[in-house]
Amino acid sequence: MAEDVKLTKLAECAGCGAKVGAGELAKLLADIKVQRDPNLLVGFDRSDDAAVYRVTDDLALVETVDFFPPIADDPYTFGAIAATNALSDVYAMGGEPKVALNVMAVPEDMPSDVVHQILRGGYEKVYEAGASIVGGHSIYDREPKYGLAVTGFVDPRRMLTNSGARPGDVLVLTKALGVGVITTAEKGGLAGPQDVRAAEAQMTTLNRWARDVAVRHEVHAATDVTGFGLMGHALEMAQGSDVRLTIDPGAPALLGQARELAAMGVLPAGMYRNRHFAEASVNATGVAQDLQDLLFCPETSGGLLLSVAPGDADALVVDLLADGRVPDARVIGGVSAYEGGARIRLGQSKDDTKEKGR
Amino acid sequence: MQIDARNLTCPKPVVLTLEALPKLMPGESLTVLVNDEVARGNLTRLASQKDCELSVESKGDHDALTLTPRSAVVAESPAEVEAQAYCDVPAKSGAVVFVDSDTMGRGDEKLGHILMKGLIYALAHQDDVPKKMVFFNGGAHLTCEGSESLDDIRELESRGTTILTCGTCLDFYGIREKLAVGGVTNLYEIAKTLSGEPGVTTL
Repeated sequence: MAEDVKLTKLAECAGCGAKVGAGELAKLLADIKVQRDPNLLVGFDRSDDAAVYRVTDDLALVETVDFFPPIADDPYTFGAIAATNALSDVYAMGGEPKVALNVMAVPEDMPSDVVHQILRGGYEKVYEAGASIVGGHSIYDREPKYGLAVTGFVDPRRMLTNSGARPGDVLVLTKALGVGVITTAEKGGLAGPQDVRAAEAQMTTLNRWARDVAVRHEVHAATDVTGFGLMGHALEMAQGSDVRLTIDPGAPALLGQARELAAMGVLPAGMYRNRHFAEASVNATGVAQDLQDLLFCPETSGGLLLSVAPGDADALVVDLLADGRVPDARVIGGVSAYEGGARIRLGQSKDDTKEKGR
Repeated sequence: MQIDARNLTCPKPVVLTLEALPKLMPGESLTVLVNDEVARGNLTRLASQKDCELSVESKGDHDALTLTPRSAVVAESPAEVEAQAYCDVPAKSGAVVFVDSDTMGRGDEKLGHILMKGLIYALAHQDDVPKKMVFFNGGAHLTCEGSESLDDIRELESRGTTILTCGTCLDFYGIREKLAVGGVTNLYEIAKTLSGEPGVTTL
């Protein structure tokens, strides 16, 4: 049988699953001197989503770059996902993207129509974000890759880092989990077309809409859930804020057959990398293996994880869901003081009596 | 039975194992050779989900995982059925059908619509369904919301036909958001199908 040429078949890893593990990254950066600049408000030593550099008291630049191999077979969709994912880091800091640069690698024999479609997907998302693509750089490579370097603006007094979570806060997640297993399954022809469409729709939804709502509420910390999975990014928030997070493993929304696929062992390499990095800090006693795996699994262009004042959590969820542009919004856990031991506990939050989403 | 899944990236080892398990004779074991943590971890989970006894033997630079089903494994979940479809290509007729319009034939447009709807119904309900159907230009409307053939095209998809619609066409008509069945394809893939598949039929 003649096989279809699928873009995802040209990729070794799917989307953010291609990310270098968090622990590995720390090792790679170990001996490199950190330059101190009082205006660098958030640098790479902070394990946050993007760097923030103060220009004036009310203006700071948000800087981030993200690119990866094809995660969708349709080139337009791949371009749109890569751009949505790259823009997300700016939103995760509470900022607004302004200008972006294309980062691209293409095989020499890739038809120009396909390359054009990837770029068109990227441009349209950047325009939807209210930003402009002002240039970029392309090289030839056997494996295609696409993404953006993005510069955004934020008022430094109102930026949303991942280190501001306070005991008593409630955790809200704005997209479903399961992109990692569904895109892995798609590579093997194991994913249902409905699930693939749902995952792609979610991956091409800008976190702009969630960010625009979040900045109007008492949100103390934010991060976006991408390559390190919910557990990896939650752990960065717990460590950065010096708190403990309790997450109800059954609370996050799951895409389609994600759980069934996880149980069948359709798990990307990134899940294992994320486990190595984070599992020592996660108390997952009594949680089913497939559910745990989903919580550790890399997401691509995932939602925002918001830590919000307890009195404002319900209003935040209602606002997030108000105009239908935020794919999902539900309470998934809470924040408490850190008293040693695991930074993250999986289980029903004791002091969290809030209604669990919808 | 033995599968050499060394150096295969995820999810290939899982796909090959899923395909092999239902073919085992009662009491027979399946040995899968793997050489990375991902395949080992994924197959360990699969063994537990499929109620297989698992033994792991280290062979130096690789491991031999032996799965022995405690009861016969039948492919039952949609994903597994798809795995079979992916690996075995059971779609019976093997025909590839291109649909370039939402009407059939030249002449009266209303009649053309009726004919196209009837033909897709017939395709969905005959013994042998096509292996693949590609919808483009005016045909792109048929896979989108509002199409009277949606149920039949979904039926075709559930019977193993790969349903694809041209992305450029969806964009041209501004109906990408309305796509209701199957995946999106491009001229690159369509060209590969044209040059690689015998017997492409255009409706």
